[in-house]
Amino acid sequence: MTPAGALLTARDLRKAYGPTHALDGAEFSIHAGEIVAVMGPSGSGKSTLLHCLAGIVTPDSGTILYNGRELSAMSDAERSALRRTEFGFVFQFGQLVPELTCVENVALPLRLTGAGRKAAERTALGWMERLEVDDLKGKRPGEVSGGQGQRVAIARALVSGPRLIFADEPTGALDSLNGERVMELLTEAARSTNAAVVLVTHETRVAAYSDREIVVRDGRSRDMERAI
Amino acid sequence: MSIGHTLLGLLESGPRHGYDLKRAFDEKFGHDKPLHYGQVYSTMSRLLKNGLVEVDGIEAGDGPERKRYAITEAGITDVGAWLATPEKPEPYLSSTLYTKVVLALLTGRDAADLLDTQRAEHLRMMRVLTDRKRRGDLADQLICDHALFHLEADLRWLELTAARLDKLGKAVGA
Repeated sequence: MTPAGALLTARDLRKAYGPTHALDGAEFSIHAGEIVAVMGPSGSGKSTLLHCLAGIVTPDSGTILYNGRELSAMSDAERSALRRTEFGFVFQFGQLVPELTCVENVALPLRLTGAGRKAAERTALGWMERLEVDDLKGKRPGEVSGGQGQRVAIARALVSGPRLIFADEPTGALDSLNGERVMELLTEAARSTNAAVVLVTHETRVAAYSDREIVVRDGRSRDMERAI
Repeated sequence: MSIGHTLLGLLESGPRHGYDLKRAFDEKFGHDKPLHYGQVYSTMSRLLKNGLVEVDGIEAGDGPERKRYAITEAGITDVGAWLATPEKPEPYLSSTLYTKVVLALLTGRDAADLLDTQRAEHLRMMRVLTDRKRRGDLADQLICDHALFHLEADLRWLELTAARLDKLGKAVGA
């Protein structure tokens, strides 16, 4: 059964890499505007779960419904379009294009969907202001700090108005203070646009920014809200 | 926390009435537990008896008379000594949680489930504190951070114990 009104649901996901069962019957659901933390020890399958939910990896079996549509029934082109227009991504590091300036990086998702440079960069700069990095617009990723780069990446994840943001250890490479500021800005921006966030983290202080958490162990998930 | 030392410390900047002391304490340290007037007055009479404060003046009013207290030299020395003495780290060696986990193992109950439920409860409290921190001023942020780091340490213990349940079961003879 699909939880009523869920934006994304996954049922009985299985994925093996050789003899290793990365996912072994994992379940997941998220509603619009909700922030859900995916927690679990290293190697538990949480990143594989995120990659399956985002349509980056195809599970061996199981179903993933986004807005009522089965992800595996879509063509590669349809899934790519979905990732460009409906999803936003924030990873631990290495996600900005080093040759482009920060504002060009943020504007990139809009440019890829056909927006003109001026309009795309104007929108991009608006998001950079909200993430307090507009003064870095002309700099390249190599010239900014880890915390600043992560804020630029969040601005890029939000620029196309995604309904769902996938964040994989977004503060993993940052110190406590920078990590907290990044989480504050990410969750504030997501809440103000009613975007849902799937937040993969092993840090409980980061997970505390979510509305609820699921725990992944040995490829199986447990919804802690429903467990209590 | 030593209320006596805290009130003494607040008096160092100048004499105050009992009511002012309570207000200053509540504002700075009493976020969850404001002081009762009774606590202030019983603490002040103890400090007075021990020569750490003195009565600086008495105002007569409609109600009971209002004493104004000032810190003495002995009081200043006492505050200095308290601040310079490190607090005893609390190692929580007799943890209720450890007892519960072992009992669950010994009685064939689901110890992993117990740990997961506790974990969710800890995280729920961390959410409340994170939200309070977000809305609060710097004092609120520091107070919440202190609590958050302690809860985080508990959670690390819960994780580690969950990963060692099989071993623990064998060790306690379950």
